[in-house]
Amino acid sequence: MEKLLLLGDEAIAQAAIDAGLSGIYAYPGTPSTEIMEYIQASPEAKELNIRSLWSANEKTAMEAALGMSYAGKRAMVCMKHVGLNVAADAFINSAITGANGGLIVVSADDPSMHSSQNEQDSRFYGKFALIPVLEPSNQQEAYDMVHYGFQISEQMRVPVMLRITTRLAHSRTGIARRPVRTQNKMSLPSNLKQFILLPAIARKQYRELLGKQEHLEMLSADSGFNQFFDYPENRKLGIIACGLAYNYLIENFEGHKVTHPVLKVGQYPVMPAMVNELYEKCDEILVLEDGYPIIEELIRGMLNKGKKVMGRLDGTLPRDGELNPVIVAKALGIEVTPGNSVPAIVKNRPPRLCDGCGHNDAFLALNEALHDYSRGRVFSDIGCYTLSALEPLEAINSCVDMGASITMAMGAADAGLVPAVAAIGDSTFTHSGMTSLLDAINNNAPITVLILDNSTTGMTGGQTSSAYGKIEAICKGLGVSEEHIHVIKPMPKYHDENVDILRKELAYQGVSVIIPRRECIQTLGRKLRQKAKAKEMEVQN
Amino acid sequence: MKKDIILAGVGGQGILSIAACIGMAALDEGLHLKQAEVHGMSQRGGAVQSHLRLSSDPIASDLIPEGSADLIISVEPMESLRYLPMLSRSGWIITSINPFINIPSYPVIELVLKEIWNQPHYITIDADAIAKESGSVKAANMVILGAAAPLLGLKPSSVEKAVENLFASKGKDVVSLNIKALNEGRSYALKHL
Repeated sequence: MEKLLLLGDEAIAQAAIDAGLSGIYAYPGTPSTEIMEYIQASPEAKELNIRSLWSANEKTAMEAALGMSYAGKRAMVCMKHVGLNVAADAFINSAITGANGGLIVVSADDPSMHSSQNEQDSRFYGKFALIPVLEPSNQQEAYDMVHYGFQISEQMRVPVMLRITTRLAHSRTGIARRPVRTQNKMSLPSNLKQFILLPAIARKQYRELLGKQEHLEMLSADSGFNQFFDYPENRKLGIIACGLAYNYLIENFEGHKVTHPVLKVGQYPVMPAMVNELYEKCDEILVLEDGYPIIEELIRGMLNKGKKVMGRLDGTLPRDGELNPVIVAKALGIEVTPGNSVPAIVKNRPPRLCDGCGHNDAFLALNEALHDYSRGRVFSDIGCYTLSALEPLEAINSCVDMGASITMAMGAADAGLVPAVAAIGDSTFTHSGMTSLLDAINNNAPITVLILDNSTTGMTGGQTSSAYGKIEAICKGLGVSEEHIHVIKPMPKYHDENVDILRKELAYQGVSVIIPRRECIQTLGRKLRQKAKAKEMEVQN
Repeated sequence: MKKDIILAGVGGQGILSIAACIGMAALDEGLHLKQAEVHGMSQRGGAVQSHLRLSSDPIASDLIPEGSADLIISVEPMESLRYLPMLSRSGWIITSINPFINIPSYPVIELVLKEIWNQPHYITIDADAIAKESGSVKAANMVILGAAAPLLGLKPSSVEKAVENLFASKGKDVVSLNIKALNEGRSYALKHL
């Protein structure tokens, strides 16, 4: 069969289509976004009637996917690693309810924080939930693991996590497809109490999950994703390489033939016997993980009294950041010829707000309106507008988690920082800001909330925003008084007018909402190009 | 055959079109390929890079090991220097001389070029001017691709076919303009290798 040239994310999406997926649920987040986007754009998926709309946040996505699994069909839910924090309640409990139709949770980690606020390792969540975790070493394995994941999810009646990282998600290579499976027909769980987590049932369900663990270890020993390659000629050092780290390891050896015994890990929980085989045969162990030192810590133990175990904890590898072939080479003592250093003349070029972006004008107005107050009172959120932290605007003082701006502003105001300002995007507002605003209203907090409405989910490339056309109604419905809701046009010609409105509302001792509304310059440009193209086609016809 | 290529530029300059053309040409010749892209935050006007690896043998790492890239292909001169640690001592820099200035601290362009000319192997090309002559300044990235073409280890016909495919949906005029830009870039490089 001809190979398809796909990003890791796209390989996962194509695999899901081929494995009989009925629905995908997700909130955009780098590096996971392209999974949903691929399915939305796929004519095949359309023909197969695969459900593929964006969710308001990762929790609602996780719950909807669990509902589809309850009804017996295969579902996938995708998010970036920090999205799993949002979905955690539903995620952990889905392990207790178990799955009916196959359920795969894709969590895309971002070691080195290319586009994130932390580099948490989702494998911990998998272990926490006691469900199988699949961690591909390359894009083809990611494709294959989706097929396998649905299979064991249905066989073992548990959700399965697919853990990927940025490099795998955003690297393109040739992918061989497998035969297409048909979708499941709707069929409810045979025990209709399975999903009722009342304590009496939950205890039983939890014990059932615990009882599956040994079987899950056996699966990981048999699937082929965990493999031991012995090398009797050199057993001084044995290597455990998890996920993508395996590729960085073999990159360093002629013909990709490693001259050490290697345990390649791609599926968890790992069977202890497999680890023991390597441990017993070798004098020292090196553990390579693109993320936190999970396996390393397990083998080493708190007391570290056994054989020498090297990795991120003893300084053989850096404690943070993603791995790469050279870091692995250095850990192995392989000589590396470095290139020339970066000339001093090269200046940093950080990301910035686009030319003509409405956020820029909104923050220019806010900065001026706040000019007479002391600095440090603007709580922001997660999106393009977070770039207003950088020069020349330097307009905000926080970025923590989705929706935090409003509640942090309220807490700071409670402490006496009045006025406090929240700056949140439209999509982030409906993701996690609505409950924060409700708290602020119920507390009559003296805060000014800017809901920066560019009518899209901008930072991730312009996906549909759940907030579109609904913001004023939501604010009114939650209880913001109408005279303190203002829609403004963030453009240079309205600057003075906007500063006046902001000043007035900053002085108000209650919740006010200001909505600077201007379409994202990127999505606007895309729409205009599409329009021009359509017109051209019309003329040609 | 093995070529490790760093593509460099600023978010929005279209380095991924260059990558797509090289990728298609490589597949056409039956080569293995891996291409690591930058998505997300940095795309907003920041420095962006892509690791493109071609080989007749299977490829392991998505990332090129430091100090071993064969080529840096850059659509912006200062960005070509940012990835020098990635370049092998025998590697080449192919870069546009046209600066993209969106930061206040951008250095004097003459000093940037001098720094490039201090490197052992380079082709510097006025891609904007050549693209304009070919019909549109938008084709500057195809000029750069053309300038890199003699060093890619790919057949000129497969690169040309890839460019044709990439622009096919935009009509004949756009295709021929970009092919012209590609060929102008190539002949410039052949004269300056």
